[in-house]
Amino acid sequence: MSDQNILEVRDLNVAYGGIKAVKGISFDVPKGEVVTLIGANGAGKSSTLRSICGLVRPSSGSIRLNGEEIAGKTPEVIVSKHITMVPEGRRVFADLTVLENLKIGAYLRKDALDDDLAWVYDLFPRLKERSWQLAGTLSGGEQQMLAIGRALMSRPDLIMMDEPSLGLAPIVVQGVFDIIREINRQGKTILLVEQNANMALHAAHHGYVMEVGTITMSGTGRELADDESVKAAYLGKSRKA
Amino acid sequence: MKKKRDLIIGLALIVVLLVVLRILEVNISPQSQWAMLLTVLKKGSIYALVAVSMNLLNGFTGLFSLGQAGFMMIGAYTYAIFTIPVDQREMVYMYYDGGIIQFALPAVLGIILAGIAAALFAFLIGIPVLRLKSDYLAIATLGFAEIMKALFQWDSLGPLTNGSNMLRSYPTPASASVIYPFVVSGICIAIIVMLINSTYGRAFKAIRDDEIAAEAMGINLAHHKRIAFTVSSFFAGISGALLAMFQTNVQAKSFNSAMTYEILLIVVIGGIGSVTGSVISSFLFIACSEWLLRFLDEQHVIGDFTVPLLRSGFRKVVFSIIIMVIVLFFRQGIMGTREFSISGIIDKITGKSRKAKREGGNS
Repeated sequence: MSDQNILEVRDLNVAYGGIKAVKGISFDVPKGEVVTLIGANGAGKSSTLRSICGLVRPSSGSIRLNGEEIAGKTPEVIVSKHITMVPEGRRVFADLTVLENLKIGAYLRKDALDDDLAWVYDLFPRLKERSWQLAGTLSGGEQQMLAIGRALMSRPDLIMMDEPSLGLAPIVVQGVFDIIREINRQGKTILLVEQNANMALHAAHHGYVMEVGTITMSGTGRELADDESVKAAYLGKSRKA
Repeated sequence: MKKKRDLIIGLALIVVLLVVLRILEVNISPQSQWAMLLTVLKKGSIYALVAVSMNLLNGFTGLFSLGQAGFMMIGAYTYAIFTIPVDQREMVYMYYDGGIIQFALPAVLGIILAGIAAALFAFLIGIPVLRLKSDYLAIATLGFAEIMKALFQWDSLGPLTNGSNMLRSYPTPASASVIYPFVVSGICIAIIVMLINSTYGRAFKAIRDDEIAAEAMGINLAHHKRIAFTVSSFFAGISGALLAMFQTNVQAKSFNSAMTYEILLIVVIGGIGSVTGSVISSFLFIACSEWLLRFLDEQHVIGDFTVPLLRSGFRKVVFSIIIMVIVLFFRQGIMGTREFSISGIIDKITGKSRKAKREGGNS
């Protein structure tokens, strides 16, 4: 329980009906770092994120945000504590304009948005050009930028991203990870869930590997990226005998 | 500058509209063939309000509700029950010893009370029903409307609702003048438009587009759905009160599910998610069903030639075909999700482009 950790997860269990998706995992997210959870489909990565931001009620365990217990609270309470999620598959509001999408991101804030809008437009000049366009007409990469920009509008301390590279072309994925590094450089803590282990581990300070609901390995991004079993499982290299 | 210009033009148009309506009203005698125009304008403005209120729910919040006729009925009954003059009650409630309510409110209070009553019912029914989604919500709200219809005709409630007998003899300003329903509907629609353009409206649209993402943004789904449902029903109640005035009598059985479908049709034809679309299509719909297509129901003889097919009921066939054409070729409705705006037209004429969509010239 140090002051350095913005988020501390202990013995988190998430179940859908009788099926246990997350089986007692524990991990820390230190302030100002990029932490990644990698793993295959069904490893429980998304369930972990969804339970942290309140979309799913954890069946047991503790989630502490800056030392305060948030497990089982409603999303609106959790979002108001400066934590935000970029959902899987982008999920922009297709029939709203780019600007309206960004304003929704700041829904729980009552103060002026001009500075944050300027900041987001500065990070994503493309969004500024298209601020009156309907979000549904943007390309996949632009929608991902909008989803990240929308999350930034709530002025979060911790940003959780659920597979931001999903369904994007390699060159666009590179751009998304550049943005993640840039946002981190500006002082935001990022919890990144990814299947694209290579990109994620190179962007992250710290990584956890999840398999069928449990954390099987942890280490710095570099350590994990160099680990032979991780390479074999996620980076496409054959296991050495 | 531009905002001020739009405001002045908007106000001027409203004044012009009201003057034109007044001139029409004074000059059209009830016997002339144009008398139907006044009926269309009155009923059209009433339906415009209920259509916009339904659009708030179906088009802007994405809640597929079919309870609109039920809430109109609650509004219509509330208005009638509380505004029948005391000396008329003995006659109206002849089977129930003059009823239990022995006072009468002024018409304006009656209208507001009609909205509040409908909103109250909506709030209560919304607690269980709004947990449901899409078709299930539609079935539940439709069922609610049918239950209310049966309940209001229940003999034991007779001292209040007059059982299955009609309520009448209440003040009917919306029937006497075409200005009245226009002004009341106009004010209500303006309030709905303001709501849609507010932060709440943006949250409604976010819920419509993606519930999970909206929830992740910190929008309380249950709370916002309840607000949309209650507000929509409030205005449905008010339009029910106006309809009660227009018809000069109220009977529960006229608020059937066919009425809800008519309103739904207006919303779909106008464009789900377009306020001005709903308004335009209400007048078109009422004009077609009450007036313009009436000639199809009568036999016409030109010289020796009797026009075939034209007979009672043929109007409905043509009407159905028109609806099919609209559904097939204008899938988004007349307006889609666009809005008709005066400033947009002026900008087009003067050759300026304007990206901001603005609402103008309603009612």
